[in-house]
Amino acid sequence: MTTETDQFLKSVDSSERGPRVTGVAISDEVMLETKDVNVYYGDHHALHDTSLAFHKDEITALIGPSGCGKSTFLRSLNLMNREIKGCRVTGEILYDGHNINTKTENLYELRKSIGMVFQQPNPFHKSIRENITFAPKRHGVRDKAVLDQMVEESLRGAALWDEVKDKLDKSAFALSGGQQQRLCIARTLAMKPDVILFDEPCSALDPISTLAIEDLMLSLAKDRAIIIVTHNMEQASRVSNRTAFFYMGDMVEYGETEQIFQRPKDKRLNDYLTGMFS
Amino acid sequence: MGNSQTTAAQEARIERSMRNDRIATGVLTAIVALVMAIVVSMVLYILAQGVGQLFQPGFLTEASRANGTEGGIAYQLFDSFYLLILTLIISLPISLGGAVFLVEYAPEGPITKIASTAIETLSSLPSIVVGMFGFLMFSVNFGWGYSLISGAIALTMFNIPILTRVIQQALEDVPSSQRDACLAMGLTRWETTLHVLIPAAMPAIVTGVVLSAGRVFGEAAALLFTSGMSSPARLNFLSLNFASPTCAWNIFRPGESLAVHIYKIYGEGSPEAQHIVWGTAALLMICVLLFNVLSRIAGKALARRMTAE
Ligand SMILES: Nc1ncnc2c1ncn2[C@@H]1O[C@H](COP(=O)(O)OP(=O)(O)OP(=O)(O)O)[C@@H](O)[C@H]1O
Ligand SMILES: [Mg+2]
Repeated sequence: MTTETDQFLKSVDSSERGPRVTGVAISDEVMLETKDVNVYYGDHHALHDTSLAFHKDEITALIGPSGCGKSTFLRSLNLMNREIKGCRVTGEILYDGHNINTKTENLYELRKSIGMVFQQPNPFHKSIRENITFAPKRHGVRDKAVLDQMVEESLRGAALWDEVKDKLDKSAFALSGGQQQRLCIARTLAMKPDVILFDEPCSALDPISTLAIEDLMLSLAKDRAIIIVTHNMEQASRVSNRTAFFYMGDMVEYGETEQIFQRPKDKRLNDYLTGMFS
Repeated sequence: MGNSQTTAAQEARIERSMRNDRIATGVLTAIVALVMAIVVSMVLYILAQGVGQLFQPGFLTEASRANGTEGGIAYQLFDSFYLLILTLIISLPISLGGAVFLVEYAPEGPITKIASTAIETLSSLPSIVVGMFGFLMFSVNFGWGYSLISGAIALTMFNIPILTRVIQQALEDVPSSQRDACLAMGLTRWETTLHVLIPAAMPAIVTGVVLSAGRVFGEAAALLFTSGMSSPARLNFLSLNFASPTCAWNIFRPGESLAVHIYKIYGEGSPEAQHIVWGTAALLMICVLLFNVLSRIAGKALARRMTAE
């Protein structure tokens, strides 16, 4: 009886808060995988032979000193590097059972499934509502009822609904930085992504907004793979299941977050964690 | 002992650099004051000479008579605005397209460089040369004679580089995070440009367009050989027969801008028409000043509407 109640509570809890368990792996279902990915900016070889797997229901943190290639790697995953002049990505990126790093891949469909949230909150110069409906409309959703529902669902998903439900038609720029960032997350959620990439999503935010975003990421991880680049070691250990450490364009060490932080194998990782360099 | 010597030397150095600073400030202030004085006295002088004429009955509402030495300047005023509108209708889409191509589409490398050089060259061509080219090309070759359309195309030729630059700058100033956000949601480059970048750049674009309008409005040299040096004696604003030489809206009729009007009458040196020259000059100057003020107000208002609330 008690186990049944436990079971029930657990299911409620995890459906609302996502994986409560962090620090260790909780899934072996791979959602997105890279094989020997290399990235070049012109002649500059910025990322070498990176192979990583990202799991459904899990959060993976990418850490490493500035300029080591975290963002570069992250941008390969939704093919955003293609928008940078002179940037070239080789290797395989497997999503949904096929390699997406091909000339024929439909970028526009792909980026609906693999969403991205940036370092600086970057809402559009539009109302809160339009920030969310803009992309779905361009992708062909016309029905007003559907759009309205989408607005509410996405804002609820991003834990922003209660704060903005009375001012949906006000400019997104009237929101605080933390709210703007959650709006950007909501806008990404409206595309119903399987994978969400976060590039230092809290580095422009205050501590309270940061915790709100972390909570949010935990709840979003359900049925998705989440990948977050962060310079904040506590953040990485608070939210992530696995962690990959990058150093000067190499993916040096990858493992369960607890292991990475408690028992690092590579000397460079150890030095990084003990603050020998940043 | 040695200590007090260094202090004295240091003090002398500080004293010296402060004096230099004072001198530099003084000289720069004087230069700015001189420039301001020249501008202000010029504006005041022209206004003093011409504003009275603007209030003469009929000056703004009547056609000119006796080859411009009598009557008003209504047609010249209309032609100036009509030329401006025609010019913008042609040059704005071309410049917008060019700027969007250069900023969003053109690959880094020779194409962008060549295009930029071409635009720069075009913008530094003397307007009289542009006018000559327009005359030979449109008036003679195409057989359009002295016509508003020839004038508008000549004006377009030096308006395009200005506008392209302004729009290019405005698009480049849109934070790249806006572009990234769009692309990351699976929108195409074109959708991104049309729905996010251009709206975000709009305040700067409007400011630039109105400022360039001020330049076009005051242009004379490029129009002498293209739209000609006289408006028809009678214009019918109600006529919709666009082929009629007296239809005001006929783009193949000759026309005369305010600046050309000044050139013509002043050049003829008729002393009895001096008041018309000054009146026209004052009007022209007021219009251009208004364009400047308007561009600032419009740009600010748009920017406020987009970010505020
Ligand atoms: N657009 C670009 N063009 C050329 N080189 C780039 C570009 N973006 C990144 N690089 C180079 O690639 C390398 C990795 O940069 P990247 O931005 O991926 O580092 P990062 O780990 O995200 O650093 P940070 O923590 O500072 O964000 C750096 O040497 C950087 O100079
Ligand atoms: Mg980065």
